[in-house]
Order: sequence, then structure tokens, then C-alpha cells
Amino acid sequence: MSVAGILGQLFALVLALLLAPLLTGWVNQCRAWLQNRSAPPLWQPYYTLHKLFNKDVVLADGASSLFRVAPFVVFGAMALACAIVPSLSTDLPFAPAADALALVGVFGLARLFISLAAMDVGTAFGSLGGRREMLVGFLAEPALLMVIFTVAMIANSTSVAAIVATLAHRDFVIYPSLAFAGVAFTMVSLAENARVPVDNPATHLELTMIHEAMILEYSGRHLALIEWAASLKLYAYSCLGLAFFFPWGIAERDNLLALAAAVPLLILKLAIGGFLLALIETVNAKMRIFRAPEFLGTAFMLAVLGLLVRLLLETRV
Amino acid sequence: MSDVPLSAQLINLCAAAILLLAFAMLAQRRVLQLIDLFALQGFALFLSTLIVAVKTGQTHLYFSAALTLALKVAVLPLILRRLVQRLHVKGEVEPLINIPTTMLVGIMLVVVAFNVALPIAQLSATITRGTLGIALATVMLAFLMMITRKKAITQVVGFLAMENGLFLAATSATYGMPMVVELGIALDVLIGVIILGVFFFQIRDQFDSLDIHHLERLKDH
Amino acid sequence: MDMFVVMLALPLVSGALLTLAGERAWAPNLNILASAGTFLAAVLLTVEIVAFGPRFAFGEQFFIDSLNVFFVALTAFVGFTTSLFSGPYMKNERARGKLSVPRLRLYKSMYQFFMFTMLAALTTNNLGLLWVMMEAATLTTVLLVSLYRTPASLEAAWKYFILCGVGIAQALFGTILLYFAAERVLGETGNALLWTHLVGAKAFLDPTIMSLAFVFLLVGYGTKVGLAPLHNWLPDAHAEGPTPVSAVLSGLLLNVALYALLRCKVLADGALPAGFAGNLMMGFGLFTLLVAAFFLSRQKDIKRMFAYSSIEHMGIITFAFGMGGAIANFAGLLHMTLHSLTKSAIFFAVGHAAQKTGTQRMDDIRGLVKINPLIGWGLMLGTLAILGMPPFGVFASEFMILTHAMQHHPWATPLLLLGLGIAFAAIFGRVQPMVFGETEAKRLPHAPAITPVFVHLALVLMLGLWIPPDLARWFHEAARMLG
Repeated sequence: MSVAGILGQLFALVLALLLAPLLTGWVNQCRAWLQNRSAPPLWQPYYTLHKLFNKDVVLADGASSLFRVAPFVVFGAMALACAIVPSLSTDLPFAPAADALALVGVFGLARLFISLAAMDVGTAFGSLGGRREMLVGFLAEPALLMVIFTVAMIANSTSVAAIVATLAHRDFVIYPSLAFAGVAFTMVSLAENARVPVDNPATHLELTMIHEAMILEYSGRHLALIEWAASLKLYAYSCLGLAFFFPWGIAERDNLLALAAAVPLLILKLAIGGFLLALIETVNAKMRIFRAPEFLGTAFMLAVLGLLVRLLLETRV
Repeated sequence: MSDVPLSAQLINLCAAAILLLAFAMLAQRRVLQLIDLFALQGFALFLSTLIVAVKTGQTHLYFSAALTLALKVAVLPLILRRLVQRLHVKGEVEPLINIPTTMLVGIMLVVVAFNVALPIAQLSATITRGTLGIALATVMLAFLMMITRKKAITQVVGFLAMENGLFLAATSATYGMPMVVELGIALDVLIGVIILGVFFFQIRDQFDSLDIHHLERLKDH
Repeated sequence: MDMFVVMLALPLVSGALLTLAGERAWAPNLNILASAGTFLAAVLLTVEIVAFGPRFAFGEQFFIDSLNVFFVALTAFVGFTTSLFSGPYMKNERARGKLSVPRLRLYKSMYQFFMFTMLAALTTNNLGLLWVMMEAATLTTVLLVSLYRTPASLEAAWKYFILCGVGIAQALFGTILLYFAAERVLGETGNALLWTHLVGAKAFLDPTIMSLAFVFLLVGYGTKVGLAPLHNWLPDAHAEGPTPVSAVLSGLLLNVALYALLRCKVLADGALPAGFAGNLMMGFGLFTLLVAAFFLSRQKDIKRMFAYSSIEHMGIITFAFGMGGAIANFAGLLHMTLHSLTKSAIFFAVGHAAQKTGTQRMDDIRGLVKINPLIGWGLMLGTLAILGMPPFGVFASEFMILTHAMQHHPWATPLLLLGLGIAFAAIFGRVQPMVFGETEAKRLPHAPAITPVFVHLALVLMLGLWIPPDLARWFHEAARMLG
């Protein structure tokens, strides 16, 4: 492990922490443009975070220590996820830990804590949101795993770094299975990040909200951490998607120059991805909560199909 | 995988797209969108045929690609759309079985189809042998769609999607059937759809609906 | 003049003419004349083939050998007699107000096109073209089945179209697989679907692909043959279409579909271990026979009942060809011929009977012998013939199939006998009161055409008593070809 490697890893982490709110802001701005609203400034998430960090925390009467610990666990998990997803380089100190299955586990940990915390206070909305979150997660996780298996079969490894290395640095080959996996992954990401067809981050309508229902009781720095964690989650998923499906441009060495070269490309890809996300959110209507299982079932099915296609079309006998 | 020529990869991609669209059609509840998906599937079929034509240089494949484009992408969807408008088919197609269940059955069918096609794929000399399994799966999915839908018009779309699957098998897996045969098949399909169009009007006149549950009176007592 | 070209061109041209010309006074005569000409050309073609052996036409796209020329002659003959029958029958339907003039025009042109597709399907050498013609035959008959435009006939036609469309799509997949297998042997020369080339290379076709291909072809063409469990379209289409259409569906279309299956079986037998294709066909045939027999006893509609009887006989024939070998194949071919002739004769008689009494419900048809002795006796004799009573020919062929089954597949014999027994009891019990019973029905405005009924029955009787040596030799040759 070289000094440059450690520096590079730190750089990637700091970049993630800084870029994540910007990505959220960018998506919000694109959404506003597409919906003919006047857009909030690009820096709005930073202002919000700054404001929240400077406010006092108000705790509910029955809140246990779990309620207070949860934001930190969630934030930590998401930061870890961002650090191990190879966004800039495949040869960073954390890369050996970047196992796709472990990543799913990290996301699962965050989900567990935020759901428990939501139920902790004992309000109706909290437990409702927590239950819905678990329902979505319960359906999204297998789909995500199937996507990962499909991609992992191509690289013969579940290590994200190895997958990226296989996909990005070989001859150009078209994998039809990746098309299936890509669609499935997009659907899972929408559900996991509380995006439009499944949830709407912009409303507090009690009948439909999932994510917002869970965090109603949070305030001050706790809320800031959770909001930041949500941004990081979006960033982590985006990077994961880019790593699986558009891996070109990710550096393979740990020297800082290569990293620096990878940064503008990453920002460009994220900008395009964010715009597409806003587009999806604009052209789709939020579906009833009971349709969410169907939506995620379809995602799961597509991922399975991808796996099957991979077996039939792409394996040489 | 990397030593497979680009053309074969592209054909595989088209085949995968056709399968994906077959599933999308299975999941689609609205008639007009269903027709759009069908047209899209036709386009993927056209692309794959075109690639095969370029690859093998057989003139008659260019012809059949053009035929696919004209028929499956332009004419048939147009006829179907006109029919839907003139017959005032209501937007939603209620399936007989709910969609998630249909999807699960669909997955099983794909597994079966792939399993059946696998030993054949291993024998084939053509690189795009895998498409045979996809074609079989598409045929089976279209069949499933015909079974699970109530509206006459969706049954016809299913029938045509089935034809798409067969065409995929004929062009991609085997690099083209003899010209006479392809022409004949295309002609049959076109005439079939025209006859069905006439039929719809008669069915609607007789039953005031295009729901095929009206067509269940003939039974053995 | 090439008789083959004449035979194919006549129905095609006259079909177009009848479409364009509309319903003129001479249209029915043109219909009959064209059918007669087609029949004549078929006879001359048969003589030519018998004298000079197999030949090609249009390059190698068409091929006539001793197997299909026999079906060609039969098809053209039944086509001709049916056109004779349909003349007065359709006039009566018109007089009863069941059909309008444009419908009559549609009927005649589609009838000729249907004949064309049948003959082309029989004579083509290209298995792809065979499929195309089978599908085209479906399309023309769909229009014929829905001719009355009643809710029931529309339903029947819809069911027919969808079921056969799906079924025949399976056959196309089978054909594609066949091509897939053949291409590996014959190369991409465009000859890989020509039967004459395939037969030469059949031992080299890949068994894995061929087994799958044959299953698809069996299911696909089997749907059109009316093999259970895909037979549902058949009773509806027979019962709701005009009677001449029922006659040609039963007498011709089923035969042609079976012929397609036979051609494929020859290839499958060459490529696969012995018994694979045969066992499948025996299983389907026996199952079909039993299913049809049980449904037979529950019918109330006379045309439906005889449609089920057609399914039953198709089951027997499929079983016979499944057993294979010279005797069983001979019996199968003979049974196909006899069934064609007998069943169309029965439908002629049934059509007139239904017209006279104004209903197809068997409970309402009574005393046909009193209304019109010829129709009554025609129906009775036809029924006896189809039930396999001696001295009619069906007895001979069924007897041969049964004895062959006893020798080689004894387990199947009780099932065969059971099916035949139930069918006998069901049909005879129904027909007897219809023929002999009390009635008060009126005369028809147009005298019915009885001649075809008795011509057919006479032929069936003759084949039961004496098969002309030429015909027998020809049957033997065809049976040998089937292996």
C-alpha cells in the first residue's frame, strides 16, 4: 500500500462526500427545468446541510439511544459504500474490500438502522414508513443481487474492482445480458433511492411517502446526516451503475495523475446520469404503493432474464 | 467472447432486445402502448435481419429486411392503431391472470425454451446459434400473451409477436430461409391481419364488444 | 400442355375471375366447370405419373411422385363433387335467406382459392412452401367458416383462426429447425428445404435437432389434422360453416395436413432411432381416437357429431401410420381415401337433410326416408360405411389396422376396439331415428344434388369389395415410400 494509494483513497472519499449533495442538487435542478418550474440553485443541498448542522436537535420523549445512533450508522455505512465503489480507480487500498455482495450488506445495514429508528419513537408515520421501507428493500435486494450475479458471471468475480477491470479494459464486446441487467439495476436504484415511480422525495403526502415518513422525527444535525447519507446513497448507486455499465475512463493505477484524469469524466457521467434520472422522474407518474411489488418483481425478473441470456448467448461451449 | 465478431454480437443484442420487448408486451396493460412495443420489436427484428444481410451478403436477406421494416414496423402497427381507434377499444386490457403471475410463468417458459435450445445451440456452426433459444422463448411468451389476454386485438398482437419470434429464428439462427418461403410467410401474415381486421368489425357488430369471453358459447354439452 | 400447370392454374385463375366478376348467372357453372377441369387435369397428371414415374415442375419447387399424386387425384375428385353438390345447396341457402349475393361470390372465389392451396400444398417439393400453402388454406377457410356471419359462425371462425394460427406457427418453427439441421448437411444453397434433397440426406440430419423439429411439426400440423388435445377448432368450424365447407374440411384439409406430417415423418425416421416418430404418432392417434369417441356420444348437433367422427378417424389413421410398415401404411392410405369419400358423402346428405328440416339439431330431424328417400338412404348408408360395416371399404382398412395392431402392438388393441365401439353405438343410435321416424317437413325450392352422395358411396363400396390392381400397386408403392 503506497502513500499515493492512501492519498488516492482519501481523495475519492472526500470527492464523494463533496460531490454527493451536488448530484442531488443537479437532479433537482434538472427536474425543475423539465417540469417548467424555476430551479433552486445548484448549491441548495449544501445550504440545507449547513442550516441543519447549525440547528439544535429536538428529540422525541420516548427516543432511545438507537434513535440517536442511527444517523451516524447510516451516514457511516453510506460513506463506506462510496469509498469502496470504484468511482475513480480500481487500484485503491479499499478495492479488495469492494465485494459486490458486501456492498449489498452495507446498504442492508443502513436500511435496518433507519427502519428501526423510525419505529423507535412509536409514531404512526414512523412505523408505517419503516414497514414500507422494509417491503421495498425485501423486494429490491434479490433483484440487485441477481444484477450483480449477471455482471459477476462476466468477470468471474464478485469483486467490483475486478468487474470494472474486466469490462473496461478488454476489447469492446457487446453483452446483451448487460442490457437486461442495466434496466433492472435502474429500476432497483429508483426504488432504493426513493425516486419517482416508487416514492417521491419532494412530497410529504402521508398516503404515499416512504422515505420521508421515516425521518419525520429527526431534526438538526441528525437530519443533516440522514439527508447527506441519502445523497451519498444516490452517489454510490450512480457510481455502481457507472462501474457496471459504463466503466470506461476509470483508472487502473493508483497514481494521482490518473486519478485526476478520471475526475472530469466521472463528473460528466454523473451529470448525464443525473439528467436521465430527472427525465425518468418527470415522464413517470408515481405509482400506488401496492404496485411497487410488481415494479420490483419486474426488475427481479429482468435480472433473472439477464442471467439466462448470459448463459445461453454468451457462454462458449 | 471477445473473439466473436461484432456482427454476431450485434445480432445477439437485437435478439436480447426482442426478448426484452416480448416481456414488456406481456407486462403492458394498454393497447396502444402494446402496439408501439410490437412495432419496436419489429424494428429490432429488422436491425438483426439487416446485420445478417450485411454480414452474409445474401441479397434476399436485404429484401426480407426491407419487408420486415415495411410490414412489421409500418403497415401492421398502422392497421392495428387504426382498428383500435375506429373500434373504440378501451385503453386498458384486463388480463385473465394478474401480471406478476404471468411474468413468473413467462420466466419459467424462458428457462424451458433455453433448455430445449441449448443442445441445438451447441451443435450449430453459426455464431448466432443462441438466438434460436431466444426465438423459441419469444414464441412461447407470445403464446402466453394470447392465452392470458381477453381482448381480441391483444390476441392478434400476440399472434404477430409469435411470427416475429419465428422470423428471428429463420433469419438470425439459420442466416435466412429461401426467398420464396419468406415472401410466402410475409404474404400470409399480411392477409391474415387484413382478414382479422374485417373480423373485428363483424365481431363488434355482433357482440358490441371485442372481449373474447363473448366467444365462448360453442361448447360440448 | 403441361397438365400440372393446368391443374394449378385453373383454380387460381377461376378464383380470381369469380372474385372480379361478381355473382352472375354463370358463376355457379364456372365454379363447377373449373373444378371439373381441375379434376380432369389431375386425372391426366396421374396417368402421366403412373406411366412415366415422378417428375419435377417449376425447377425443383414442385415434385409429383406416387405418394402425392394419389392425394392430388383424390383432392381434385372430392373438390369436383363438392362443387356439384354446392350448386343447388347454396341456391337453397340463398332462397332461405341465409346468404346474400356478395357472400355467394365470396364463397365461390374462396372455394377455388382453397382448392389451389390444397393442390399446391400437396405437390410442392419445398417444405417451406408447404407451410405457406397450409397457412393460406387456413386463411381461405376462415372466411368460408364465417360465411353466415352469425355470432356462432364468427366464434367458430375466430377459434379456428387463432388455434390453427398458433398451431401452424409451431409447424413453422419445426420447419425452421428442419432447415437448420439440413443446412449443416446440404449447405446454404437454397436446396435445404427441398424434400427430394432432404430425403437423400436424411440419414445425416442431426438427431437432436430433428427430434425437436419433429415434435414441433407434429404439434403444428397435428393441430390442423385435428389431433387431440388441439382439436377444439374442428367441431366448431365444421358445425358453423356451410356444409360444402364442412365436406372439404373433413375430406381434404385434414388429409393434406396429415400428408404434410407424413412427409416430415419420413425425414424424421431417417434421422432418428427407429420408433421415435412412430411412437409419438401412435400415442397421439390413440388418444385422439378415445377423446373423440367419448365426445361423440354427447353431441346434439348433427354436423358436430360427424366432425367428431372425423377426428376419430384421423386418430385411427395417425395411429396406423405411427405403426409403420408396409401393411399399416397401406391400410392408412386406404383409410384416408375411404374416409375422405365417405365423410364428404355424409356431409352432402347431412347438408340436404338439415336444409329440408331447417335445423341441425338431431332431436328435431326425423323421418328423412319419408321426406326424401334418397337423402335418407344416403345418410344411412354413409353412416354404415363410416362405422366400418362390411362390405364397405372402411371395414377392410379398419380390419387391416386392427389385425396389424394385434400382431405388433397388442396393448393398443383393446383401446382401439373401445374407441370404435363407443363411436359405433353413439353414431348409429343417433342416425337411426333421424332416418326412420315421423315427420312433416316441406319440399325444397331447388332439387338437391344427390348424385355425388351415391357416387362416393359406390366408390367406397367398390374399394371394399375390389381394389383395382393399378390402384393397389400404387398404394403399395406409396406405402413403401413411407417406410
